[in-house]
Amino acid sequence: MPVLEIKNIHKSFGATHVLKGIDFSLERGESIAIIGSSGSGKTTLLRCINFLETPNEGTIHVDGKLIFDAKDPETQKESEIRKKRLHFGMVFQSFNLFPQYTALGNVMLASELLAKERPDYKENRRQIHAEIEEKAKTILTRVGLAEKMDLYPHQLSGGQQQRVAIARALAMEPDILCFDEPTSALDPELTGEVLRVIRGLAEQKTTMIIVTHEMAFARDVADRVIFMDEGVIVEQGPSHQVIEHPQQERTKQFLSRYSEQA
Amino acid sequence: MFWTVTLSLLEGFWMTLKLFGLTLAFAIPIGLVLGLGSMSRFKPLKKVVELLVWVIRGTPLLLQLIVIYYGPGLIFKMGSFWGSGATGRFVATLVAFVINYSCYFSVIYRGGIEAIPKGQYEAGQVLGMTKSQIFFKVILLQVIKRIVPPMSNEIITLVKDTSLARVIACYEIIWNAQAFIKSDGLIWPLFYTGVFYLLFSGLLTIFFGWLERKMDYFRV
Repeated sequence: MPVLEIKNIHKSFGATHVLKGIDFSLERGESIAIIGSSGSGKTTLLRCINFLETPNEGTIHVDGKLIFDAKDPETQKESEIRKKRLHFGMVFQSFNLFPQYTALGNVMLASELLAKERPDYKENRRQIHAEIEEKAKTILTRVGLAEKMDLYPHQLSGGQQQRVAIARALAMEPDILCFDEPTSALDPELTGEVLRVIRGLAEQKTTMIIVTHEMAFARDVADRVIFMDEGVIVEQGPSHQVIEHPQQERTKQFLSRYSEQA
Repeated sequence: MFWTVTLSLLEGFWMTLKLFGLTLAFAIPIGLVLGLGSMSRFKPLKKVVELLVWVIRGTPLLLQLIVIYYGPGLIFKMGSFWGSGATGRFVATLVAFVINYSCYFSVIYRGGIEAIPKGQYEAGQVLGMTKSQIFFKVILLQVIKRIVPPMSNEIITLVKDTSLARVIACYEIIWNAQAFIKSDGLIWPLFYTGVFYLLFSGLLTIFFGWLERKMDYFRV
């Protein structure tokens, strides 16, 4: 059973029809890259999946369970959306770290707040806190920031900040980790360290959706590539096939424009 | 004579401090209510607040004091609305100051809140935080850091604005100093009041500098 199933997602902003019926599914352990030019709807799709936008039409299933149906307001209650969001992790283009917390604090904050809802929180406060801290440190070490845990975001480079953001998302143990152009805001010499971390996650079979402009990265790291244009999925398939031997005319055009720039 | 003057000025300065403290005590929370009102999605509320802020920021505080002191009595035809005593005049002064400063504060709050990038809220949301957790754990401190410098400006201005209260015979420090001109023909007590203002605004400057340094560990 696919871990994520997106059916017929439509999204309009006013008169602008941004997503025109998106269908795709994702297996556990699989990573897909979504490519396409600016304005093709990639980011909006990712935001719909994370409940940052409400689709006008369509359904979202996680592990076969319906978690969103545009027709059913019951699936869109604020209190439940909050829980449903925890199926997904999101790494933003602009990092969006919390400036007043250290790297470690950023990774721990949401887990600590969530732990307060546990029935045994009062009795086991210390132990729970220690566990959360231990886990956060392990994850930060995994993204190569063992030495930087006590620094604040402004003391970190862009690449380091983005790695903290990845660690922060991982700490919530999402079923599906989403990346919205994770290297677009970085200086070229800093993209490598972030891509390496994502590559490592892919090797460990983390389920991921990566919106990216890095074609070589999409080809090498993702299992599958989806090419979007003007709000529809034009082509999808195994990553090497889509990037190296695209079938659709629009995909070919897009990729050739890309290789000219690169 | 120096001690007589100092004592009298201290008494006036106590009034100045009371006006200062009470104005802040009311205007800081009321300003927040107005600030939130001016950001409301409910259009009539937003418009009313915007109108109020425009009127208050667009007219002198001196005029507002006079209107608030004499206006209600004229409208309701009841002589003196605030009563004839010093307490009544103090309350009227306080009301005028609170309205005036609430409006200025509301604009600062609004600017501070609107300056927080949308991404901060979204990052909290995708981590499963509730709205109030996002506000208290993520947004609030960033807003405070942003508004401390403009708030400290306004608050130091308030120290000096309290001197306007004498226009409706509220016995603050300058009123008391001026009394020496009439009674003893002395002008220096008036100059002497400057020392009190300087000391107090100096203390405030040190306090706000400390507060800003306290929040220096992060950037917004």
